[in-house]
Amino acid sequence: MFEPLWLIPALPFAAFLVLALFGSRLIHRIATIVGTAAVAISAVIAMIITAQFIASPPLGHAYTQTLWTWVRIDGFNPTVSLYLDALSIVMILVITWVSFLILLYSTRFMAGDDGYNRFFAYMNLFVGSMLVLVLADNLLFLYLGWEGVGLSSYLLIGFWYRDENNSRAAVKAFVVTRIGDAAFAVGLFLIFNNLGTLNIQEAMARASQQWIAGSALANAAAALLLGGAIGKSAQLPLQTWLPDAMAGPTPVSALIHAATMVTAGVYLIARTHIFFELAPLVQYMVAIIGAATLLIAGSSALVQRDIKRVLAYSTMSQIGYMFLALGVGAWIAAMFHFMIHAFFKALLFLCAGVIIQAFKDEHDIFRMGGVRKQLPLTFWTFLIGCASLSAVPFVTGGYYSKDLILLQVWNSPQGGFPLFLAGLVGDILTSVYGFRLFFIVFFGEPKTFVKKTADHAMMVPLIVLAVLALIGGFLEMPRFFGNLPLFSGFLDDVLPGFKSLSPAPGSNLALFILSTTASLGGIYVAYLMFLRKLAYGEKLTASAIGRLTDRFLFSGWGFDRVYDMLIVNPFVRVARLNMNDALDLVSRGIAWLASFMHSLLSLTQSGNLRWYTMVVVTGAVIFIGLVILL
Amino acid sequence: MSPAVPAEYSLILAGLLFVIGLAGVMVRRNLIFILLSLEIMLNAAGLAFVAAGARWGTADGQVMFIFILAVAAAEVVVGLALLLWFHHWHRGLDADSANEMRG
Repeated sequence: MFEPLWLIPALPFAAFLVLALFGSRLIHRIATIVGTAAVAISAVIAMIITAQFIASPPLGHAYTQTLWTWVRIDGFNPTVSLYLDALSIVMILVITWVSFLILLYSTRFMAGDDGYNRFFAYMNLFVGSMLVLVLADNLLFLYLGWEGVGLSSYLLIGFWYRDENNSRAAVKAFVVTRIGDAAFAVGLFLIFNNLGTLNIQEAMARASQQWIAGSALANAAAALLLGGAIGKSAQLPLQTWLPDAMAGPTPVSALIHAATMVTAGVYLIARTHIFFELAPLVQYMVAIIGAATLLIAGSSALVQRDIKRVLAYSTMSQIGYMFLALGVGAWIAAMFHFMIHAFFKALLFLCAGVIIQAFKDEHDIFRMGGVRKQLPLTFWTFLIGCASLSAVPFVTGGYYSKDLILLQVWNSPQGGFPLFLAGLVGDILTSVYGFRLFFIVFFGEPKTFVKKTADHAMMVPLIVLAVLALIGGFLEMPRFFGNLPLFSGFLDDVLPGFKSLSPAPGSNLALFILSTTASLGGIYVAYLMFLRKLAYGEKLTASAIGRLTDRFLFSGWGFDRVYDMLIVNPFVRVARLNMNDALDLVSRGIAWLASFMHSLLSLTQSGNLRWYTMVVVTGAVIFIGLVILL
Repeated sequence: MSPAVPAEYSLILAGLLFVIGLAGVMVRRNLIFILLSLEIMLNAAGLAFVAAGARWGTADGQVMFIFILAVAAAEVVVGLALLLWFHHWHRGLDADSANEMRG
């Protein structure tokens, strides 16, 4: 019944192989069909399987499809098998459908690019790897997908490789995430060494039996997994690669660096949640990291000039919300926000792509402006995306997901006031930077000529994602408003339900009023500052402190500079000092000795026959003498 | 049957002959004399074999001497041919004139 499951990751891989092997010979039309159809079919299969899963759930609410055994070494038998449960269903649905919409958009966006076929090959490699990541039933197979998405992210950030800055951004993304990946790999060794299996479900079952909650071992395992997650999800302190990753084409930013890959860390933590429940300290760290990241990234987004960097910081900040939710045990709220975020952030990036192309590759928002009339559809869809990002109450998906997180942070025994306050301040920041972008780009005086790009392939994804960003929230209505917990009901048997403290009467209503005020207040502030352009706002940015703060925030709190100073520059300096490699001295010494001995020996080849005879005789006399004497 | 000449005498003679030949190889420059000296050394070895054979009363030493004669004959054939070529190239038979290899 679920047999076609393997086709879901296999089809994008097949498309990748076809495009990679014959890419240069295929005409664009065929490359387009191959590149998009594979993911489209995957999406349809995912849909059918979901319907079957809901209609008649398999035993234990999970289905495992073992394809083959990867290797077999004395007790270590990782299999290539797919694990389907409610969590992976949510992931594959979001991944396949959002990927399909973005690939559809790319058929127009990338039209005329030299690397058109290469782009579709990489994108399919990414989709296949991402699906492996979320469907894998053991950590080793998951790691394969994990590295696969890292590779395709690298390839796509450096897609326009002729510009050196793009290649540098790609290398930076690869190296920084590699730090997290190394921690993740060590975590795998630790888990296999202590539990004897890498199968996720088995490992979690054994861990909850054998490990004592809060023990050093449990903490180490959870901390190492967390290390992998923060690298991939661009959280503190490994967040610096994400803003630079915007060097890639805009659909790539939408798919990889907003909707799917960067949330892999969230998925990993949710998937291995038992390890984190066994390590309350590390779980609290997750919440702290999330809260810190959402504040730092949110405040940095306030002052960025590049439209894509605003969205990149926004992505970091929203993933911070997911980490915050994971940290307080609101597993389902995190996954819910992941889904809604995938919709509205992909939407925002795709709108940004339309705008960037309309302004002929202009990224600076202060050189845009007044495109409300020229790009009406983009205007409305961007408004929906921004509203969802800013959690405008009742009508947007973002409201339901973010409010759920705030509510559960407040009510969780692991939560508490400081974390809640961070979330609330983040909420205000989100509204301000979201609508700052919106007002600056779409209002004001038109500054440059705008090229109209009305194309169905680009507009349909915008409309579909806008609709999803609006109605997605109705999958999970809060208890005091609608009370329709479809989403949490679906994920119930994978992720533990939220353990709430009994809230004080009326406190939830107070929270609701607070968060609503925060998001609407943020929008009002943005309106005052960037549409009405109030005088004291300008004065504030012109003052010395204002300029300093602006520079500080613009650089993303100066993390890049600190890392350059502490790690990159010393490393480069040592590398330059050691350019001739100190270890090579040994091998070069051996070579020098051999050549010296050679020149010594070659002196004996004088060509003088009698001299040779003399040497032979002397040698013979010495050796015979030795034999006789000794 | 006891030998008419003691084995020691013949071995000393063989040793003397060998040293004379060796000295000739080392000090002569003319290639013909070097070849002659080599022949003397071979014959010294042959004499030692024959003397030893006589000492033990077996024919082995004389058999070995036949072998040495054959080797010497072969060597002279090759050596004289080389000498002819040497003379052709170097216009003379001075061994020192062939020191073209200089380390």
